[in-house]
Amino acid sequence: MNPVNYLYLAALLFTIGAVGVLIRRNAIVVFMCVELMLNACNLAFVTFSRMHGNLDGQIVAFFTMVVAAAEVVVGLAIIVSVFRSRHSASVDDAGLMKL
Amino acid sequence: MSALAAYTTSTGEAFQFWVLGTVAVIGALCTILMKKAVHSALCLAGTMIVLAVFYLANGAYFLGIVQIVVYTGAIMMLFLFVVMLVGVTAADSLKETIKGQRWWAAACGLGFGVLLFAGIGNAALTEFAGLGAANAAHGGNVEGLAALIFTKYVFAFEITGALLITASVGAMLLTHRERTERARTQRELAEQRVREGKHLPPLPAPGVYARHNAVDVPGLLPDGTPSELTVISTLRQRGQVRDVSGEALADLKALEQRSSERLGRDRDEARDGEEASR
Amino acid sequence: MDNLIALLIAAPLLGAAVLLCGGRRLDKIGHWLGTLLAASSFVIGLVLFADMLGRSADDRAMYQHLFSWIPVGGFQADIAFQLDQLSMTFVLLITGVGTLIHVYSIGYMEHDERRRRFFGYLNLFVAAMLLLVLADNYLLLYFGWEGVGLASYLLIGFWQHKPSAATAAKKAFLVNRVGDIGLSIAIMLMFTTFGTFAFGPVLESAGETSEGKLTAIGLMLLLAACGKSAQVPLQSWLGDAMEGPTPVSALIHAATMVTAGVYLIVRSADIFNAAPDAQLVVTVVGAVTLLFGAIVGCAKDDIKKALAGSTMSQIGYMILAAGLGPIGYAFAIMHLVTHGFFKAGLFLGAGSVMHGMNDEVDMRKYGGLRKYMPVTFVTFGLGYLAIIGFPGLSGFFSKDKIIEAAFAKGGTEGWILGAVTLLGAAITAYYMTRVMLMTFFGEKRWQPDAEGREPHPHESPKSMTIPMVLLAFGSVFAGGVFGIGDRFVTWLEPVTAFEHGHPPISAGAITSATVAVMVIGVGIAYLQYGRRPVPVVAPRGSLLTRAARRDLLQDDFNHAVFVTGGTHLTRSLVYVDHSLVDGVVNGTAAGVGGLSGRLRKLQNGYVRSYAVSMFGGTAVLIAATLLMRAV
Repeated sequence: MNPVNYLYLAALLFTIGAVGVLIRRNAIVVFMCVELMLNACNLAFVTFSRMHGNLDGQIVAFFTMVVAAAEVVVGLAIIVSVFRSRHSASVDDAGLMKL
Repeated sequence: MSALAAYTTSTGEAFQFWVLGTVAVIGALCTILMKKAVHSALCLAGTMIVLAVFYLANGAYFLGIVQIVVYTGAIMMLFLFVVMLVGVTAADSLKETIKGQRWWAAACGLGFGVLLFAGIGNAALTEFAGLGAANAAHGGNVEGLAALIFTKYVFAFEITGALLITASVGAMLLTHRERTERARTQRELAEQRVREGKHLPPLPAPGVYARHNAVDVPGLLPDGTPSELTVISTLRQRGQVRDVSGEALADLKALEQRSSERLGRDRDEARDGEEASR
Repeated sequence: MDNLIALLIAAPLLGAAVLLCGGRRLDKIGHWLGTLLAASSFVIGLVLFADMLGRSADDRAMYQHLFSWIPVGGFQADIAFQLDQLSMTFVLLITGVGTLIHVYSIGYMEHDERRRRFFGYLNLFVAAMLLLVLADNYLLLYFGWEGVGLASYLLIGFWQHKPSAATAAKKAFLVNRVGDIGLSIAIMLMFTTFGTFAFGPVLESAGETSEGKLTAIGLMLLLAACGKSAQVPLQSWLGDAMEGPTPVSALIHAATMVTAGVYLIVRSADIFNAAPDAQLVVTVVGAVTLLFGAIVGCAKDDIKKALAGSTMSQIGYMILAAGLGPIGYAFAIMHLVTHGFFKAGLFLGAGSVMHGMNDEVDMRKYGGLRKYMPVTFVTFGLGYLAIIGFPGLSGFFSKDKIIEAAFAKGGTEGWILGAVTLLGAAITAYYMTRVMLMTFFGEKRWQPDAEGREPHPHESPKSMTIPMVLLAFGSVFAGGVFGIGDRFVTWLEPVTAFEHGHPPISAGAITSATVAVMVIGVGIAYLQYGRRPVPVVAPRGSLLTRAARRDLLQDDFNHAVFVTGGTHLTRSLVYVDHSLVDGVVNGTAAGVGGLSGRLRKLQNGYVRSYAVSMFGGTAVLIAATLLMRAV
């Protein structure tokens, strides 16, 4: 098997995550889908690292994880405070800016 | 280790890829298709563990362990925690409300995927250098990463530290509520109830049935309808009130039927009795 | 001595300011104050004149720099004055005749309750005209030029309660604006060509500039002159301007306003000398106007309008002479001065007649007035003899020189211009004799006016007759003083170079011809109006007479071409504006609006919809990248 299959898998997972973001209304699930996309990218980075024979790809994946952690912390805090004030975690309900 | 440098992988890794890859895709699909958020979270955790295995197989030992410890261990727990806070039993409706959204999503997803695949297929990706030499240069994968992080990427590393601090402080700010007034005592609350003239006594307790913990089951009014007042407001807002009025009536009916059968009463009498009771 | 120049203008300007701002408390002394200030300006002019005569001919120009007006980089406009022989001539004419008209107005306007204001306007008129002739650059000249336009507007429309006067004032102002545009364009052209508009640098470097540019500047200057001097095609305001009080007519026709155009052309002599094409157009305009005014003058029964036609014709002589170049400039100015005397006298005489006839202006209702107004008759008669060129009187000297210069132009042009000037002289004699005969001779044809008052002709008060007498002296002797021994030509020569013209026939023959045509004109008029009684109601007349009564259809022409044409042009432009321009604009707006209405639906407020757009955009980007790689 050619290791390039890992890349195809990463692409597939990324697309699934993106479609999930588009079709789910629950903000928490949307967040999970974003995480899935980030993980797919990480897989691609790791595979590229193997391909080029250096560790820079893994470093980038590492940083991605850190950023994802920060993003999850803030994002979940936002979801909690929105739920507290609006009693709903649906992204469709947050439409105050619309005319 | 030598296998990692080859253009093709070992049979074992190929087998592992196809089996676990299938699991990962199924997990991802379940993540976006499950009705309950908690199920989605579990499926995602499964996918992530599979990815951790793939990291290990690709020679990224440090990342593989971090994936399990940080992602699956910490981040997914955080997700579950929030899911619990928002309501673990609430099931989302998967019915689309925005016109055409699903079609557009499908079309874009399909187009995007095809293009991505075409791009990967077009790229000259046959040469795989393998990580053997890179990992061995500093005496191991972790040492190699450490050498890079603390030399070449030290600034990025420091900045991510600042980012994490900012994020944690921000999360605290977002979720923390400042109490701007003194908490009211029980006496004051009682006085307010008297002044407003409603619910002078404490609120009624929820209905009590042996089958449930009963906190989410409303008590029934004399006519058999449930009273929402008896359920705490958090559950009401989540929509997790378990309506048992129908169940209770059905149970009552079954009980009556069984007793009438046992007592050998005539059907007509039973009917008369029913009519009379109405 | 140079510092006195500003005082020339300051005196009447002060008068205008005091009289117009002073209010009713000045009603009693306003006319004396105005006359005094005009007279003081004349006295200052005489002092400067005496000083100037004391110097050598080449050192007579005086300059005074007051202050820098608009100093902006390369654009330098100064309030500075230049008083040379040409300006001096005008200053004396303006202040001298102007003062006499002021004196005359004291009597003429005695019963008008707005007399103080009238004198304020007169002073303003004199001040603006002095500024015009004293300016040392074209921009300041333009300032005075506009001031003259404003003052003439105010004075022509002085009896603004009469709709005809208000309309006439508006008409004069508007027609003048057309000429003003010419002057402003000429100044702009000068600035782009020479980088300045001061007389000195512009006129000195005129010879070194391309002829095309000079022709353009010259034609624009001519347009300006046509507007102010009532030359064809901008002549139409002059006849209507008779709606103003008679002293105003005298002032406009003799001392100020209409002479400004002649001044402008003579002042810009160096430009015209270097642009023969422009000069030719100037002579043509002069010749056409000369005949035009004379023909109109023959047909008018209104005494003031007949004199107005005469003015137009005489100014035509001057413009024609100015177009002849160095052989004509001095004669143009000389005729201007003599004309100033006799035309002012004629107008004041006409005013005196009207004063005695209940403001009746129709000559057919005059007749036999010589017994009732002897002073007016004599002074008017002397003015009449001067204008028709009776030998020995002033008009004879100046007009004869112009006719000679016209023949001296040379070639076919010379013969044509000479013939036209001779014809003009004959017609002048005819219409002036007609005026004379209809007014002062024959039997009485007086009729009660609209309010039923029977006219009682009487001689005018002293304040009116004295100026008339003084002007009559000027009419008689000015020509001799100027003409004999070429005194005037020598005086002006340093400013306007002079060449002796050489007519193809001898000067004596031309003079004889001039006198002959004059006698013929007088004779025909005598046969028509002296031998036969004058009908009170005008006969229908020939086609030419009827056309001339309507000012040779000038207003009909303007109406047909400019008013109707302008209306049609505007209508079509409005149509284009509505349908095409607005159509495009409104169509664009409607299109954008419609498109926005549809695009707005994309903004449905659902974050997931926006996410779809982002996702689709990313897909397109990838596709583009792949395509570019494939290519």
